[in-house]
Amino acid sequence: MKAYENISLVKLKVNGETRDVAIRPADTLLRVLREKLGLTAAKPGCENGDCGACTVLINEKPVKSCMKLAVEVDAGAEIITLEGIKNSIIQETFLEEDGFQCGYCTPGFLVNAYALLKEHPDADDKLAKEWLESNICRCTGYEGIRNALKLAQEKLK
Amino acid sequence: MSEFKQIGRSFSRTDGLDKVHGKQEYVNDYQPTGLLHAALKISTHAHAKIKSIDTAEAEAASGVQAVITGDDFPVTLGLYMGDHPPLALHKVRHYGEPVAAVIANTEHQAKNAVELIKVKYEDLEVISSPTDGLKANAPLLHENMDEYTHIDAVHPEPGSNVANHTKIRKGEAAQAIADAEIVIEDTFSFPPCDHVAMETRAVISEIKANGNVVIHSTTQAPFTVKELLSFNFDIPVGKIKIIAPPIGGGFGGKAGIQLEGLGYLLTKAADGRPVKLVNDREEDMLSSPGHIGMEAKVRLGATADGKLIAAELDYHFDAGAYADYAVNVSNAAAISCTGPYDIPNVRCDSLCVYTNHPFATAFRGFGHVELAFPIERSMDLLAEKAGIDPVEIRMKNAIKEGDTSPTQSLMDANTGDLRECIKRAAKMINWDQGSFIKKDENKVIAKGFGLLWKSPAMPPNTGAGAIITFNKDGSLNLHTGIMEIGQGSKTGLAQIVAERFGTSPENIHLVQEVNTETAPHDWSTAASRSLMMAGRAALEAADDAIDQICRTAAIPLRCPPEDLIVEGGRVFLEDEPSIGLPLDDVVHGYVYENGNAIEGQVIGRGNYIARRLSGIDPETGKGRPSLEYTLGAQAVEIELDLNDYSYQIKKAVSCMDVGKVINPNLARGQVVGAISMGIGLARSEGFVFNSREQVVNGVLRDYKVLRYGEEPEYEIDFVETPQGDGPFGLRGLGEQGIIGIPGAIANALSRATGVKLNYIPLLPEDIWQSVKEASHNDSI
Ligand code: FES
Ligand code: FES
Repeated sequence: MKAYENISLVKLKVNGETRDVAIRPADTLLRVLREKLGLTAAKPGCENGDCGACTVLINEKPVKSCMKLAVEVDAGAEIITLEGIKNSIIQETFLEEDGFQCGYCTPGFLVNAYALLKEHPDADDKLAKEWLESNICRCTGYEGIRNALKLAQEKLK
Repeated sequence: MSEFKQIGRSFSRTDGLDKVHGKQEYVNDYQPTGLLHAALKISTHAHAKIKSIDTAEAEAASGVQAVITGDDFPVTLGLYMGDHPPLALHKVRHYGEPVAAVIANTEHQAKNAVELIKVKYEDLEVISSPTDGLKANAPLLHENMDEYTHIDAVHPEPGSNVANHTKIRKGEAAQAIADAEIVIEDTFSFPPCDHVAMETRAVISEIKANGNVVIHSTTQAPFTVKELLSFNFDIPVGKIKIIAPPIGGGFGGKAGIQLEGLGYLLTKAADGRPVKLVNDREEDMLSSPGHIGMEAKVRLGATADGKLIAAELDYHFDAGAYADYAVNVSNAAAISCTGPYDIPNVRCDSLCVYTNHPFATAFRGFGHVELAFPIERSMDLLAEKAGIDPVEIRMKNAIKEGDTSPTQSLMDANTGDLRECIKRAAKMINWDQGSFIKKDENKVIAKGFGLLWKSPAMPPNTGAGAIITFNKDGSLNLHTGIMEIGQGSKTGLAQIVAERFGTSPENIHLVQEVNTETAPHDWSTAASRSLMMAGRAALEAADDAIDQICRTAAIPLRCPPEDLIVEGGRVFLEDEPSIGLPLDDVVHGYVYENGNAIEGQVIGRGNYIARRLSGIDPETGKGRPSLEYTLGAQAVEIELDLNDYSYQIKKAVSCMDVGKVINPNLARGQVVGAISMGIGLARSEGFVFNSREQVVNGVLRDYKVLRYGEEPEYEIDFVETPQGDGPFGLRGLGEQGIIGIPGAIANALSRATGVKLNYIPLLPEDIWQSVKEASHNDSI
């Protein structure tokens, strides 16, 4: 199979800024963010949709950026990476509750949990599981992450 | 009220803010200018002769700088034994083994070109297990084993597939078993699996114009890497610089030498230009090393009342295709072969056997989680046969001060209080309320117990160092060779130094990245030794700096230096605190009003080297290889559905004697994380092989790890029997929490089903199968 190689110029709206970027049609959003725009918070953990380390928000919905081609992102869609989220409650509670150790899964988890809190601030355990089971953390045994989410929910009340 | 201000406090992590804002950089986040990219061609066969490799088309592909194969650099590397070519030489020995590499301008060019490489294989007979590899007529994986260089502590058996054989001979095991009133004997097994650190391994290598080799690597052991590169490629060791930023999870998988040797060859083939090689997930699981597999045979002998008198242990490890750390995992398992039990007569033969599986390296628990599975299952079998409660039989045999270890070394006054741990774990899991409860027609609740012990497996001369320098404002910079791998040791080290300086850990600046050119030498951030060894070094460096501060300050303060103390950012007379100086007036030399200056900057230095350790005797295992033993007890509660044998782990508890808890939250995090990995091993993690020994679940979609919401409720406790030679009395705790869990889960599920489950992972369909077989056998 021959990949389509032509470079195209696209506009991506990332963390509130519109950026012009030259990409190959086969470039994933994850690679474009990391390698073309220098936004390295989103991480490759599998590049196969299995681990969630690459999660970013597109129009407030968490999306695995390794599974999304950059050219597929709708013009004008708002992409938010962890770099675009500052001092949020969930970041605060991740610190307080040790929601991370090595930190590699953390950008994906935080972005996902941030979106969850926005859309369902009262999410119960079942709903939280539905959202967050798409991300893998190998360090924490999930205790710190679960506690951070709960504390954030309390603080948001 | 605690006597300490910083020790025992849950001070938050020094790397926290960066990590929650996406600012922590890992190796793969770096993109130096002029960077080239490499991609690997990996083997589709588990054991085959390489007939030919055609690279012509790949070389001509767009953007390609070079294509290399094993023939270009016919070397073998190794950690303990030089058996491993960075690219397969003449034959492949496991599925996923790298056979060629492409270097190109971009990563996708490199990957495209890899597809154009044509490799012709001729299949060879495969070795699918240690049993297979030990057969008299088994094919030899390493025909030239006798030519490999290896360290003295490894005992390979050329002409066989045994890469190492460790013997433990204590007392008269065979005779004692013959005399025993109760004997149990059984076999146990688990397959190889993977660490699945979320960050896959990566390396960026470059050769400077002066020949200096600079390598950024995802490593737990930058100094080991540097020394092995020097040894294997004959590069003066001072000309190699390893830069190791914090890593995205290690768990042992990044403790040996990994991609760095290949990385060096890549840049060499590209005229020294910087080349980046990043494993994709599949390569990280298959091409790079994982967790060792095992087949074990255990025979325990006891008196009628359940007191252990003998153990005969045959541990056959599935090392996979190359020795790497596996030869030391099998060795560590021999050294601690009995688990934390007092057994006067022990024979153990621990064999590290080559197979055609992906090769094994260090893994959290290093030999101890492996040995604990057969031992803890056996203890339950013994309890059953003796008609004694499983907790009681553990209590009765738990090791204590004055007993001897399998290597016949005395458990000294630093031995933790294992009985107290057992008591607390039993309480946390409500053992006295029953370990088997039928909830309803379909559901059973069962509990299982597992003890643990662990000592660091490291060379007897392992050391650590620390340097303290000062900023103009009197704050400190602490330099060590310890890697931040998620465990938070650096935060703990900052607390240790802060305690000594009577200051807050915020005033201790930590050098997060390790650069082997500037950091003091350190063996490896492994073996749960960092806080103990680097902690000792840091304390010595702190004391050295304080001495210098007092000496300098004593001159203008006109007093004996020994009357001065340092606290709260000042140096002052202990009995007249108003007489003193702020540290910033002293740490860069004291300057008089007229400009005269004295003494100069303070540089604190400290080191620590393991004390009174030795290797072990090759015939008997006698020796003193263990720095310290962390002891503990763990238990789980599971709920099993009798319809389909699916189960949930409802609760996991752990109590271990860690000497001193420096940072309670971080300590808890380590134990909880380790337990979750133990659950993974017991519940679902294991490579599945087809008949050609290809791994069929080498991606995270099929290889199931624990997910959010599947975790149990954790209950964690610590006992603090001080380690006399540990800083503030502490001992290691980072790996330990994994060790007792697989055995505890298998014990609980065996209890729940009434069937011996002597293997992990325990998938519901396998449990169903075991139950069916057992009932079939019963009916015969
Ligand atoms: S990297 Fe996207 S899901 Fe793993
Ligand atoms: S913090 Fe390491 S993988 Fe989650």
